[in-house]
Amino acid sequence: MPDNGRMPSALPDGEAVPADGSLPPSALDGSASRPLGFYLHVPYCATRCGYCDFNTYTATELRGSGGVLASRENYADTLIEEIRLARKVLGDDPRAVETVFVGGGTPTLLPAQDLGRMLAAIREEFGLAEGAEVTTEANPESVDPGYLERLREGGFNRVSFGMQSARQHVLKVLDRTHTPGRPEACVGEARAAGFAHVNLDLIYGTPGESDDDWRASLEAAIAAGPDHVSAYALIVEEGTQLARRIRRGEIPPTDDDVHADRYLMAEEALSGAGFGWYEVSNWATTQAGRCRHNELYWRGADWWGAGPGAHSHVGGVRWWNVKHPGAYAAALAEGRTPGAGRELLSDEDRRVERILLELRLSDGCPLTLLHERGARAAARALTDGLLAPAPYAQGRAVLTLKGRLLADAVVRDLVD
Amino acid sequence: MPATPSHVPEPSRTDPALIRNFCIIAHIDHGKSTLADRMLQLTGVVDQRQMRAQYLDRMDIERERGITIKSQAVRLPWAPTTGDGQATTHVLNMIDTPGHVDFTYEVSRSLAACEGTILLVDAAQGIEAQTLANLYLALENDLTIIPVLNKIDLPAAQPEKYAAELAHIIGCDTSDVLKVSAKTGDGVAELLDEVVRQVPAPVGDANAPARAMIFDSVYDSYRGVVTYVKVVDGKLSRRERIQMMSTGAAHELLEIGVSAPEMAASDGLGVGEVGYLITGVKDVRQSKVGDTVTQLHKGATVPLGGYKDPKPMVFSGLYPLDGSDYPELREALDKLQLNDAALVYEPETSAALGFGFRVGFLGLLHLDVIRERLEREFGLDLIATAPNVVYRVIMEDGSEHTVTNPSEFPVGKINEVFEPMVRATVLAPSEFIGAIMELCQTRRGALLGMDYLSEDRVELRYTLPLAEIVFDFFDQLKSKTRGYASLDYEPTGEQTSELVKVDILLHGDKVDAFSAILHKDKAYAYGVRMAGKLRELIPRQQFEVPIQAAIGSRVIARETVRAIRKDVLAKCYGGDISRKRKLLEKQKEGKKRMKMVGNVEVPQEAFIAALSTDDGDTAKAKK
Repeated sequence: MPDNGRMPSALPDGEAVPADGSLPPSALDGSASRPLGFYLHVPYCATRCGYCDFNTYTATELRGSGGVLASRENYADTLIEEIRLARKVLGDDPRAVETVFVGGGTPTLLPAQDLGRMLAAIREEFGLAEGAEVTTEANPESVDPGYLERLREGGFNRVSFGMQSARQHVLKVLDRTHTPGRPEACVGEARAAGFAHVNLDLIYGTPGESDDDWRASLEAAIAAGPDHVSAYALIVEEGTQLARRIRRGEIPPTDDDVHADRYLMAEEALSGAGFGWYEVSNWATTQAGRCRHNELYWRGADWWGAGPGAHSHVGGVRWWNVKHPGAYAAALAEGRTPGAGRELLSDEDRRVERILLELRLSDGCPLTLLHERGARAAARALTDGLLAPAPYAQGRAVLTLKGRLLADAVVRDLVD
Repeated sequence: MPATPSHVPEPSRTDPALIRNFCIIAHIDHGKSTLADRMLQLTGVVDQRQMRAQYLDRMDIERERGITIKSQAVRLPWAPTTGDGQATTHVLNMIDTPGHVDFTYEVSRSLAACEGTILLVDAAQGIEAQTLANLYLALENDLTIIPVLNKIDLPAAQPEKYAAELAHIIGCDTSDVLKVSAKTGDGVAELLDEVVRQVPAPVGDANAPARAMIFDSVYDSYRGVVTYVKVVDGKLSRRERIQMMSTGAAHELLEIGVSAPEMAASDGLGVGEVGYLITGVKDVRQSKVGDTVTQLHKGATVPLGGYKDPKPMVFSGLYPLDGSDYPELREALDKLQLNDAALVYEPETSAALGFGFRVGFLGLLHLDVIRERLEREFGLDLIATAPNVVYRVIMEDGSEHTVTNPSEFPVGKINEVFEPMVRATVLAPSEFIGAIMELCQTRRGALLGMDYLSEDRVELRYTLPLAEIVFDFFDQLKSKTRGYASLDYEPTGEQTSELVKVDILLHGDKVDAFSAILHKDKAYAYGVRMAGKLRELIPRQQFEVPIQAAIGSRVIARETVRAIRKDVLAKCYGGDISRKRKLLEKQKEGKKRMKMVGNVEVPQEAFIAALSTDDGDTAKAKK
């Protein structure tokens, strides 16, 4: 039940990761000023959804080379191995962990105690910072008040539910099995269990969804009372069941203009209900309601992604783990890094990444990041109504509502 | 098998009575090159070891496509085994003719160098339109025709049927039609005997000043231009100074000789002999096909008849796909021109396609061959605009414009527009008469006449605007006749027509590469088709882009590319960043290949796709 897409299924090309997972010394330069987070991937789902291309498996047991068994039962232990490896690789890095995010897959297919043990391992090896944000994704069907209480007891303080839609027929196209109303009920149960922060994920532009369906979903989500909403245009990824069904003509594709209309509806409904956008697809009621873990990604901070196919970033080094849970477990059993490849970012890479990530935020990016051609493009984007005048005057490129819909086009021009 | 004849007359000292100059007229694939190979072997000039298939065709493209573009002449010794000249070694000059419709003029000069021709026809297919056209040319040149059916070894051969057809066309008896298999060699020796028996010996005045006709010139990177001539009168000798009569240019004769089939120098060439000259010139345009060569001192004053300057009939803009290849394209064209007097080009700039050349060709095959050679031999990736013909525009004020590029069609008050016409001959099984007539009708053709060649084969003659056949006429003809029809055409002057220029505008800016000159009745359909096609091909921009087809200021068709409203990926989390940065790099590369038409970014692929579908693909209009 992956919702936040930390993990696209295709891995990039890169150079090899040293067997012990060690980083170039430069990666930890100035690390004290950057927050450190952990992403923990749980690669299991009860069923695979038709639109999903994330790294997840429905089998409960998967074998790696040498017969190493990766199962849901021993998964927490395997992942804890990687947390211990992270401790070795980061050496005497004194940072405590600011955010932890458990995603999937469907993390809540594991017992709440297992999620708690993973978190305990982080606490043990690194320590959690005062007021750390600890989130897990949760499937509305696989949690109940008891489960949520156990998560709280384990140390989780934020929960993200995959709601997607309030309409049965839309959920059906997405292969989501929960009944309408259940995610909204989960919000109340989470509040009751003591979660301070609750997110609902929504998907718009599903084939067969009407404007009214989408409005109803927005209203239902708002009425449930979360302090955070993520709304994503449905991306039909190659290789998914949904892509095949569309290609065969069984389901009509959704026009980009429909996506644009739905986005505007989301902005209108959410801002009307007191939510403010802080990233293209993310809205929160308060500053504290924002997902700090995701902000780590967007602001070039450090995070260790543990689990099959998980991506990490520390000080300009990006690396990613082998995808298959069996291969992942086998590497750790042999004391090797599960890292499959990595890339060392050049200064220009980091400049480009800053533009493409920060421009998606409501704070935007500083105009000083731009080269001459990019700066000229920014001036044009201002004239075309894609960048907001007030922040621009203060040296920042911040997208307008129209600009948010064309963010990728603006980025292409600004990185020049 | 006769061995190499013992006493072979030497070049420059050969009695004209022993010379037989002949060529082979045949359709592509009817086996001309194989027959020539067999003759080389039988006469012993090429031994088995050296033999390679299609010995005389040198260019790869020719060999691959089984067609001959440049001709050559080979001197073959042959002592007939039967008949009057039995046991006397004769000299047979086999002149290879270009096999294609675009090279009619070159064919006519090759024919003019001969006294006889072998009319070679596939016994399984019968005569084709181009062969018939060349046969008529041969008859105009008073050549003796030896009709031959080839491939009689094929199971599908129908020698009786096609012998009757040939006899009907040239007015001989079916028993006069020889039957050979060039593949097995069956009947080839008898054919050589018949050449000696039937083809008249050349006649000329040995004491007159020399007059030699150029029937081909070929650029060789080691030797410069090699000029092939037939001496009509007098004698050319080595180290003589010669003169080209059309230009008066004088050259030193560095070498003179014959091809046997490798070049062999000789003392000279006498009456009736065929051979080559080397003068050190580097450009075939200084050695023009049809021109007369004479001595510089006391030379002839009257040239041989029939000389014409090659005139391009079809034009197309050729642009390198990668703009930085422009210098390579220029260099490649320069090199090809060394060997192709008919190839003309000049630089042109297109807002849509960048820097390129407007290139003139003799016809469609010529265009196709040049384009293919540029791509294959020079490794260039090219975009070609739809081929067009040359228009002559007379303005109301009496001024006249010659238009070789549709985007240069004059604006203002036009009095008359003339377009080139061709006389086309189509041969096909009679069941397709209706389909062919319908096609020619829609192409503004006028029926000149129709003849049955045999019970079930018919010859149709049409006058058609050249512009109507440069697009996809041949493809259409082939598809409507299940591949059975053959086509030949020759220019027949011009006619005035109601022609208009249709422009295509993107966001108000003309896209020069898509301007076309069309008959007014076809303008609307073209406009609608191009606008529709471009709407599919042009990516949505941040603003609405109208696509219009217009005649002057009058819009005849309109489509709109809606403004893009969404261009953002919904998700960008930790695992997406590398992928997204790489995608961005790729998109930036793609952006470099974008062409700007006004404010509109158009991917080059869109232009290519718009130019290369149904109406514009010259590559499909082969043969």
